Amino acid sequence: MSAAIAHSSLPTQVGLLAGRAVRRILRQPAQLVFPILFPLILLGVNASGLDAATNLPGFPSASYLDFALAIPFMQGALFAALNGGQDLARDIQNGFLDRLALTPMSGAALLAGQLGGALFMGVVSAMLYLVTGLLFGVGIASGVGGALVLLALAIVISFAFACFGTFVALRAGTGEAVQGFFPLFFVLLFLSSAFFPRNLIEQDWFRTVATYNPVSYMVEGLRSLVITGWDAQALLQAFGISAAAVVLFLALSSRALRMRLVRT
Amino acid sequence: MSALARTRSVAFAVAWRGIHNAFTNPAFLLPSVLFPLFFFIAFAGGLSGVQNVPNFDFKSGYTSFQFAFVCVQAAAFGGVFTGFAIAADFEFGFARRLLLAAPNHGGIVIGYMISAMTRAAFVLAVVFVAGLISGMSVDGSLADLLALLALALAVSAVSTLWAAGIAMRIRTMQAGPVMQMPVFILLFLAPVYVPLNLVAGWVHDVARFNPATALLEAARGFISGEPTKVGITAACLAGMFALTVLWARGGLRSAERAG
Repeated sequence: MSAAIAHSSLPTQVGLLAGRAVRRILRQPAQLVFPILFPLILLGVNASGLDAATNLPGFPSASYLDFALAIPFMQGALFAALNGGQDLARDIQNGFLDRLALTPMSGAALLAGQLGGALFMGVVSAMLYLVTGLLFGVGIASGVGGALVLLALAIVISFAFACFGTFVALRAGTGEAVQGFFPLFFVLLFLSSAFFPRNLIEQDWFRTVATYNPVSYMVEGLRSLVITGWDAQALLQAFGISAAAVVLFLALSSRALRMRLVRT
Repeated sequence: MSALARTRSVAFAVAWRGIHNAFTNPAFLLPSVLFPLFFFIAFAGGLSGVQNVPNFDFKSGYTSFQFAFVCVQAAAFGGVFTGFAIAADFEFGFARRLLLAAPNHGGIVIGYMISAMTRAAFVLAVVFVAGLISGMSVDGSLADLLALLALALAVSAVSTLWAAGIAMRIRTMQAGPVMQMPVFILLFLAPVYVPLNLVAGWVHDVARFNPATALLEAARGFISGEPTKVGITAACLAGMFALTVLWARGGLRSAERAG
């Protein structure tokens, strides 16, 4: 790979590393199947287990499956971030990153290539969740255009979490540390409005936490396209927060990479 | 030394090691405490509005309703975490040395089971205190609470035997998902969020025949002071215990053959 890198342009370098990241995912079925299957199992279980909640006055949807379809997109993004981060940590631990640092590969290519794998996972899982939802009778209130926007938003969210996973991997440099952040990801999801509408959460402290939790707005943006239609405010908040997270964690990742390469 | 005394000696030694490791290394104990606590907070806090659903008839409130689930879940996952530890012991070679040194191999599995049950009792105590702090209503008597503890410890024993059977067959930590997923699926295909009569669709059909449903309903009966399905639950646990003993014994034989 290093010979190819020496005489290549930035897009080629990115392509080489992204291709490696994608091939690595495809060669590990556990990395592909579990992150995709687990959110679908949980969706199926929750859709039946919590369907009675749709009888509550003020519940925004007649079907809990419609309401909950946004959750797998978030979980898929979390798993993609975790796996992407762990792969990068493995590269750091086994010296691959150090060897790359000796080649003319640019830091930007390294980062973009690494994120390419996570982005691939985000696209595949988002499409699968949408198709599964449609097969099981979910109606997209915003229509075909809304379904495309839903995919776009899911991919941006997935990319934002991937940037976070990359930052943690570059800072900590070990797979264990990345794994240690997994509960935090899930705390963010569970302490949000993912499973219940904010206006129906009875515990004040939980509603407050959910209101300040940015994940709530990501979920609500995805959900609005499924159950409400075109809700400009929800979409702006979801895209805005996700884009801000991308910018923030990309900048932090870039800085962490520079520091790691200097140490190398 | 009689066979029973040898078994007891090995079991207590393995149990003490497991308990010592768990309570002196926060990295071992914290996940088994934090996960149930987190689920308790997330479910009892975030989904409390579910108790207003028509026909939701659990008199002690939603926090108690979810506490019973978290008790069973914590006990079950405590057993799975012990399975991870057994797999790690095999991966790092400790279990092989243990098999060579121990005069009675059954005692090893019993020891792991005792350590899992001790950890489960500790985790349940922590979650119980968290529940009381958050205003959980406990309508059951002391006898009901002791019965709930006994139920949770039995679940812990069964899940430890299940996970031990896997760990001793596969003998690598990569077996983690194989231990975890069936337990997770069994638990979540039961009435987790609402009583069985309010569960809809295919999950309702599965939950009717899922033994975890009886366990959850009995646990909820104990916490609300209205014991229910105690006989069915005891029979389910006895059946699962017998099956998992056979399963773990098969795993032990497999590990012995592997040397």
